[in-house]
This record gives sequence, C-alpha cells and structure tokens, in this order.
Amino acid sequence: MLMEHFNLALVDWSRAQFALTALYHWLFVPLTLGTSFILAIMETIYVKTGKDIWKRITKFWMTLFAINFAIGVATGIILEFEFGTNWSNYSWFVGDIFGAPLAIEGIMAFFMESTFFAVMFFGWNKVSKGFHLTSTWLVAIGSNLSALWILVANAWMQNPVGMHFNPETARNEMVNFWAILFSSTAVNKFLHTISSAYVMSAIFVLGVSAWYLLKKRNQALAKRSMIVASTFGLIMSVFMVITGDESAREVYKVQPMKFASMEGLYYGQSNAPLVAIGVFDRTPSPDNPKTKEWAAKIEIPNLLSYMATMNPHTFIPGIHDLVHGNDAHGIISYYDRIKMGKLAIAALKEFQLAKKAANDSAASTALKTFETNYKYFGYGYYNDPHKLIPDVPLVFYSFHTMVGLGMLFVLIFLLTLIYGVRGKLPKKRWMLYIALWAIPFAYLAQETGWMVAEFGRQPWVVQDYMPTLSAVSNINQTSVMITFFLFGVVFTVLLIAEIKIMLKQIKQLKDGGQK
Amino acid sequence: MFENLSYLALQQYWWAIIALLGGILVFMLFVQGGQTLLYTLGKTDTEVKMLVNSLGRKWDLTFTSLVVFGGAAFASFPLFYATSFGGAYWVWMIILFAFILQAVSYEYRTKANNWLGTKTYDTFLFINGLIATVFLGTAVATFFTGSLFSVNAMHHSFWQSPYRGLELALNFGRYATYVNLSLGLAVFFLARILASLYFMNNIDDETLNERARKQVLKNAIPFLVFFLFFLINILVMKGFNYNPVTKVVNLEAFKYLHNLLAMPVVLILLLLGVVMVLWGIYRAVFVTEKCGKKAIWFAGAGTILTVFSLLLTAGYNHTAFYPSIFDLQSSLTIQNASSSKYTLIAMSYVSLLIPFVVAYIWYAWSQMNKTPITKKEMEEDSHAY
Repeated sequence: MLMEHFNLALVDWSRAQFALTALYHWLFVPLTLGTSFILAIMETIYVKTGKDIWKRITKFWMTLFAINFAIGVATGIILEFEFGTNWSNYSWFVGDIFGAPLAIEGIMAFFMESTFFAVMFFGWNKVSKGFHLTSTWLVAIGSNLSALWILVANAWMQNPVGMHFNPETARNEMVNFWAILFSSTAVNKFLHTISSAYVMSAIFVLGVSAWYLLKKRNQALAKRSMIVASTFGLIMSVFMVITGDESAREVYKVQPMKFASMEGLYYGQSNAPLVAIGVFDRTPSPDNPKTKEWAAKIEIPNLLSYMATMNPHTFIPGIHDLVHGNDAHGIISYYDRIKMGKLAIAALKEFQLAKKAANDSAASTALKTFETNYKYFGYGYYNDPHKLIPDVPLVFYSFHTMVGLGMLFVLIFLLTLIYGVRGKLPKKRWMLYIALWAIPFAYLAQETGWMVAEFGRQPWVVQDYMPTLSAVSNINQTSVMITFFLFGVVFTVLLIAEIKIMLKQIKQLKDGGQK
Repeated sequence: MFENLSYLALQQYWWAIIALLGGILVFMLFVQGGQTLLYTLGKTDTEVKMLVNSLGRKWDLTFTSLVVFGGAAFASFPLFYATSFGGAYWVWMIILFAFILQAVSYEYRTKANNWLGTKTYDTFLFINGLIATVFLGTAVATFFTGSLFSVNAMHHSFWQSPYRGLELALNFGRYATYVNLSLGLAVFFLARILASLYFMNNIDDETLNERARKQVLKNAIPFLVFFLFFLINILVMKGFNYNPVTKVVNLEAFKYLHNLLAMPVVLILLLLGVVMVLWGIYRAVFVTEKCGKKAIWFAGAGTILTVFSLLLTAGYNHTAFYPSIFDLQSSLTIQNASSSKYTLIAMSYVSLLIPFVVAYIWYAWSQMNKTPITKKEMEEDSHAY
C-alpha cells in the first residue's frame, strides 16, 4: 500500500487526539514525578528533626500533589488504551515488543504508587511514623518507575533495537529484552526526562513559596520550602543539562533527520555552527529549492559539530544531504531507501503467497530479498522523499525554547539558593517575582521538550520501519473526530477545575508560620 | 525455568493470568457498585462522606487493576488488544470516559472552589459506577457470544459493524444481546452487593451497616436472576471450538458445558466460587453482625474464583476466546493471538512479582484497616474527601 491509499485525514485526527492526550497528560506528570521526591525529602526532615513545622510543610505540598495526581491519572488511562483504540495496526506490528513495558509498568509501578499513595495520604494517624515515611518514599519510587517503563517504550520507537521481523506472523518480535531496556536511547531519555521533571517540580515549589514571601504570608513554610526546592532543583538542573547534551548526541546517531531539523540545518557542513537564536524565513521545498531559509540568526561557530560528536570539525549532514544522499560521507539517499523499502514490501507479499502455495524455493528467495532490504521497510510506503521531512520550524523553535529555558532555570536555582541560605530572599523582591513567573515557563519547557521528541521523528511511529500513517486503526474518521472534541472539552473542564482548586488551596493556607 | 515450557503452555499460563486479573478487576468493581449507592445508603452529608472516604481509599486500586488488565492483554495477546480496542471503539471509549470522570471526583468533590460543585462530582461517580460495571460485564460476555470482525493475512483487523461494538448491547433482534446484557447487569448488581459487604466491614456505624445489610438482599435477587440466565445460556449454547491441529474453527453444541466437564478442576472452582458468593450473602443477611463483617472475604474470593474459571472456560480446551461471528476463521485463540515465545517467557519472569505485589497491598491495607472509618475521623482528617 502506498501513502496515497491511506486516509490521511484519519491519520491526522488520530495524531491530533494522541497529541492532545499526551500534552494534557504531561501537564501533570512532571509535577508528580518531582514533587513526590520533594515530599519524601521534607517528611524525612520532619521525622529526623521532629519539628512540627516540617509536618505542616509536608502536608501542605501533599495536598497540592494529590490535586495534581488525580488529573494526571485521569489523562493517563487514555494513553494506555489509545494504542489499541486508535493505533491497532501498530499494536500488532510491534505489540510483541511494545506491550511488555506497558504491562511491566502496571505490575511493577502503578500498584506500588496507588497502594502507598493511600497510606501516605490517609495514614498519618493510622500507621507508624516509619511506615508512613517509607510509604512516601515508595510513592516517589513507584511513580518514577512507571516513568522508566513508559520511556523505555517510547525510546524503543525512536531507536528500535532487540527485535527481529517474523515474516510468518508479519510482525516484529522481541529477541533481546535487555537490549531494549538498556539501549542508550532509553537510558538517556529516562534520565533526561525525569531530571527535567524534577526541575519543573522544584520551580513549582519555588514559585508558590515566592508568592507567599511576596504576600508576607506563611513565611516559615515558604523559606524552608525554597531552600529544599533550590537545592534539589540546582542539582537536578545540572544533571538535566548533562543528560540533555548526551541526548543530542544520541539523536544525531540514531535520528539524523530529527537532529538536522532541531538545528534547521538544510545543507550539511564540516565545522557546523550552532544557531543560538534564529528566525525562519521560508523553508525550501521541491518547488522552491532556492528559497532562503533564515530571516535572521546568531551562530556559534563549530559548536554543532562539537555537540554532535565532541569534535568541532566533523561533517554534520543537513536535510538536503539526507534526502539526496552524499557519497563523500557515505549517506544513502532517501530516494534509494524508498526503492529498497518497496523491494522489501513486495518481497514480503511474495513470501506470503509462496507460503500459501507451499512453494518453498520461491518463499526462500523472497525472504532473502526481504531481509536484505528490511532495514528501510517503512520508506517503501512513500514515493516522494520530501514527505519524510518533519515540520522543521516547529521542531527548531520547540528545541530552542526548551534549551533556552533549561539554562535559565539553572541560573534561577543558583540565585535562590544563594539568597535563601543567606536569608536574604524576602528582601529580593525581583528574585521572588522571577521565581513566581518561572512557573508557566517550566510547563512550556516540558511541553516543548516532548514536541521536539515527537514532531521531530515524524513521519515515523517506529523509526525507519513503520510510518505513522500505516499504524492507525481501520476506523471511520468521524468517530475519531467526535472523541477528539470530547477529550478536548472534558480535559479542559477538568483542567480549569484543577487550577481553581489549586489556587484556592494556596490562597487559603494559614498555618505555614511566620518565623 | 519458563524456558522449558512449551509455547502452548506459556500461552495457557498467560491466559490464566489474564483470567486472574479479570477476576480481581470484577471483585474490585465493588468501588463502582458503592458509587451507585452513595445516596441510597447515605442520608446525611456525614454519612455520604463516610461512604465516599471508605471507597476513596480503594478506588485507585480498581483503576490500576483495569490499567494492568489492559497492559497485560497488550503484552501477552496483542492481536486481541488490537482487534477489540481498535474495533469495539465506542464501547471502550465510553468506558474510558467514565473512568476519567471517576479519577478526579474523589479528590475534587469537597474541595473549596471546585467549580462544578459536589453534586456534579458525585454524579460523575454514579455514572462511572453504572457504566463501568454494565459495560465491562457486557464486554466479557462477548468472549462467549462473539463479535463482528475479520482479520486479514497481515493481521490487520476490521470491525464489521458501524456501531463499533455498541451493537453487542443494543441489537435487540439478536438473542445473544440479551445474554451479553444479562452478564452486564449481573456484574452491576454483584458490585452493589460487594460494596454493601465492604461498607459493613470498613465503616463503624450502626445505621449505615443496617442499611447496607438490607441492600445486600435487595440486590441479591436481581443478581441471581441475571447471572443464572447468563450461566444457563452459555452452558446450553453452541460454542467456538477449534481443531488443535488444523486450527480450523467450528461451532460445537454445548461447547462450554463440554469444556467444564473436560476440565473438572475448572468446574469445581466455578462451583466453589458461586457457593462462596452465596455464602457471603447469606452470612451478611441472616447470621450475626460479626459474621456480616467477614462476609466480604467470602463473596470477594468467590467472585474472583467465578470470573477466573469462566474465563478459563472461554479460552482453554481449544476454544476461541474472542470469537468472530462475522468470519469464524478470524476468531482469536490463545494460540493465534499471543505474543512470541520469547516475549511470553520474559513476561512470565515479570509475573513472579505478582505475589509480592499482592503481599505488600495486603500488608499496607491491614495496617490501614486496623481502625475502621468513623464519624469522628471524618471530622478530624483535613485530607478527607
């Protein structure tokens, strides 16, 4: 089947629905991942010091945690089932590999999270102090374990390893579990995502506390919370920068097209500069190849080559090199990949026909052709290589927003920690305003991070093997449109309710102390 | 250790796990049953609050059971996951919407400035209680009565009804619809019985206990009617057999009855399960108050055993567990819908964690349940829903 045979509107609506649920879900998850550890740290201080103020601090943040947790759970269940409801062809083609981490996530992490969440929340007067503290830690570990497994699953889509295509069942099958779990993409993705989530949580705690200091309310709680958040945030933000840097090299290795799009690099070059800030003019297209791509940009020489390979002189392929190939640098063009992909698809059909006719020699010839070309199987769905380029400006702007904000957060934590330790925070009102206003930007950084990862890999749902358009369920477009709008309305209503409740809880706090 | 098992044995092992998760999920639907009884049992705000908080400490486990059921089905029988979820789109979407509403309702219902008001969130809880029980029960019945889909050589599945699964509950011209709905309603009334028994165990309040006891009897009668209707029907109807060698699917008279007779252990488990549910009900209604407190354990374990053995009947003894009445040969069996041997082995090692999970849930809850919920606690706990 060729691209033209797919119902592209159905693909777009299905993608829109998945993007909607994923982006909503990710509004809540990072706060859960990070705040759970912040709570565990605060409660540990309470148990160690026995000071009542720390118990009140823990309980206050726990209240906000629970409000956020509920809506995170609500949006999360959809994602789990959406692979089946909207991407059923995907679910068969790679379900043998992709299903396992999802199941493990449930067995290993979700039960731990939900069991100990109830103890943490309602057990203050019912269980011993030690068991309660253990429960709080287990909630943090459980929620982060769940992140591990779902990120392993996502990483596998970006860098499919540990598998083998079985032509008899027409699907990919797992051959090495450990290769999937410990693939460098999975490790980087997990570390970078959780550390960024911790940063976002620390910004949240910092910002809310800054508001109390600005209002001169609950100052004891606010000052202590800010110290915990700044310390935790500073350590984690440095870790986030390191893992982000590592991730970039990983993307360069396994998804060069995504890498070129992140940097808006159309024509490859040695000593490639990094575009620090840039504004697109018009992107080149097959009809308009000479169009100038940049309206304005500021570059840092050699840095892109260095970032990708730790060597400032390396040749970095641009979008044009990937599409048209580059013999000097051993890059096979998308045109050739499409040819090989088509051979693989045709060979698979021949294999199945030969098997049905019990013609073993024809089957083995077809299988050989298939195996030689399977590497580029997914390309065979396309005729025009330009359809294999993601939305470059979107990926570029998302990437640069994420990186810029990430750097800024390191600076914010550093300053709040220094002022906090010296006890000068209440007087530095400008700092408090920055901390407060950093909250929406922390959310923005989170969402743009996922946009880089997910828009950047298009049109692939499984890199090189399965294009998004062949992954959808065989379903009518109207049904998906209806559920898209239903989800949109329900999530928005619940989000408004969540924000109103959260703000009220913050405003009505009275026992946070002043000293 | 799992490497030495045959592919078929692994498939059977995983079907048993799915069946067990199904059993646990139906038992845990007592939360949903309770959500439909909030205003039947609770007459004052405090009473409703006690009921909500009693359920509110368990709802997340039911939710997790559903998610794990989905995840385990995906990992072990991906073709079932792809066919059923992608095919019966509207059935699953409606179930999912009901669960979205539930997830926020406990936490938000009494919070200040919650925008929609307590009554709205309580209505969400009622909707979730009604839909989750009836729809999940109806969906399970289709393991016996079949659905309308086809699967091609590439294993792409195509649902053959424009109503996307809703026809299984709404096509009143087909006899099987009544069988499907009868299980849906049986699960609904069973969930209300289990909820009442749970309240008797978990809440320390005489008035509420007395009302719960009455609810047990009121729901026991419709439950028995619908459940027996379902059970008798599947025992006498034609079932979906497949030839273990040629894999060709055919209709066989009294298939499920034959399965039970061919697997006496499953038959015994089924009978034991049903007897335990009835014993739980009997104890709660007719024996002393102390017996009523423990009734939930009998009825709960009985529910798990009953569902477990019913699902084994649907999938073992070369039976197609997800039959297609549109194209018999598209029917899914534990052999043609499963993951590869490697994945099943890997997942089997993961399944060794399950007893450990059950153990810590047990421990955490025995710590939490030492003191039942009282009016006093509701007034004092700032975190109460």
